[in-house]
Amino acid sequence: MRTEIRICGFGGQGIILAGIILGKSASLFDEKEAVQTQSYGPEARGGASKCEVVISDTEVDYPKVQSPDILVAMSNEALIKYIVDLKDNGTLIVDPGTTDVEDVRDFIDEHNIEVYEAPATKTATDEIGLKIVANIVMVGAITKITKVISKEAAIKAIEASVPKGTEEKNIAAFEAGYALAE
Amino acid sequence: MAEEFFIQGNEACAKGAIAAGCRFFAGYPITPSTEVAETLARELPKVGGSFVQMEDEIASAGAIIGGSWGGTKSMTATSGPGISLMQENIGYAFMTETPIVIVDVQRGSPSTAQPTMASQSDMMQARWGSHGDYEPIALSPSSVQEFFDFTIKAFNLAEEYRCPVLVMADEVIGHMREKIVVGDDIEVVARKRPEKTDDYLPFENIENGTTPMPAFGDGFNIHVTGLTHDERGYPDTNTPETHHNLVKRICDKVLNNKDKICSVRSENCEDADIIIVSYGAPVRSAVEAVNRARANNQKVGYVKIDTPWPFPDEQLKEITKNASDVLVVEMNLGQMYYEVDRVLGKDVNVHLMGVIGGLLPTPDEILDEINKIGGN
Repeated sequence: MRTEIRICGFGGQGIILAGIILGKSASLFDEKEAVQTQSYGPEARGGASKCEVVISDTEVDYPKVQSPDILVAMSNEALIKYIVDLKDNGTLIVDPGTTDVEDVRDFIDEHNIEVYEAPATKTATDEIGLKIVANIVMVGAITKITKVISKEAAIKAIEASVPKGTEEKNIAAFEAGYALAE
Repeated sequence: MAEEFFIQGNEACAKGAIAAGCRFFAGYPITPSTEVAETLARELPKVGGSFVQMEDEIASAGAIIGGSWGGTKSMTATSGPGISLMQENIGYAFMTETPIVIVDVQRGSPSTAQPTMASQSDMMQARWGSHGDYEPIALSPSSVQEFFDFTIKAFNLAEEYRCPVLVMADEVIGHMREKIVVGDDIEVVARKRPEKTDDYLPFENIENGTTPMPAFGDGFNIHVTGLTHDERGYPDTNTPETHHNLVKRICDKVLNNKDKICSVRSENCEDADIIIVSYGAPVRSAVEAVNRARANNQKVGYVKIDTPWPFPDEQLKEITKNASDVLVVEMNLGQMYYEVDRVLGKDVNVHLMGVIGGLLPTPDEILDEINKIGGN
């Protein structure tokens, strides 16, 4: 089974790292195959950022997302731009602090999209006291909602991916995100 | 114990270089190859190696030629605009038989075009970019694992045949992340060093064409020049036989070993009417297109060329002998297509699917082409 995930938002939100963690979890710790790709422009921050992960039980041939099963939007601009590619009955996860699902309500209804609101930015700020871990909060929500990676694998991948000394805060952020979707 | 990593192609390339024994990198960082330089700047000093950021790509190619003659396995990494600047020194490296590795992570071209987008538009430059007759070896990886493996292979071939070897990657493979497995049984070819004898000739016209190479400081006091030289290395620019013997040997040491150098992989070709030929990132799309075509009972197969140069004429002929049509899928407006057509054009219909713009062709787009040709 092949699952295609697209995570999008602004440059600087840690979109790419969120995707790397999903890919690393699946390929190194869940014994699945994964490929992570990204597209970026010349800007470092503030521009559009898009990260794609394909996770499969078998070898991943074509490495890019064709029509995502899961769309994670952390900016409204990205939500509007990428919602149209989402598969029928697909999963949409948004941060209500940075997006407005009403802007894409027609598409959601027409294509029977399952919508989850995970207030990642607010949770990161209020519970962890660090807005920059919103991406890891989102990884927690994605893990719980989609089950595309296991919780154990995600924690190992976070520990292996974040800067030394920040593991504790990041795991707390992951747990907070995981709890959002209870 | 084998180790596993989930890393970018460019990082895997840097890891491969270190595993192959590379201890000198000189380069001028350029998107989308920058992570190769970045990783080696960090990692080379840890293994006793050196990293130098040069003033430009001309100097970078010069520096690694010097590094190699200093006795150290050396490489650089660049993209289209940089590989253009390196051509003069690449020719010098061929003429002086200097083992170096040049990694080109290809981006949209010509000129500076598309720094963050993919292409395969330097393939003919890898073949003919410098003036004169020479036979380059070039490898094209289609996965992060292959970028690691092929970088090692590039160093091994460079030492085996004492010549520059190009790793022709692309932005897709350079930037994507996948798992790689790094084994502890990596085969590395060490430089063949000469015995200090009275009759040692650094450019000897020997049977297999590759003379052992001393390093500066070993006390051989030899002369290295891009001018036509005799077996001692002394310039001899006006004797036709000297030039003929030298350039023929430089070409033949690669051509006579094509059966060992060329690597081609294929699947589903035995009964295929239509065969896709590709290399580098588009192979990934071709494999998926073939799987889908087969599921739809279409007789389609694919050939993946690991080594675009020297071009694998014989293997390609053999694999495609039962097919009626061949579709070359590449991210340029037709480069390797002309090679495929040269080799197969008399026997099968050779079609081109040349995609530019920076995006990897999709399996759907390839299937559309297959259906246009008529694959049932």
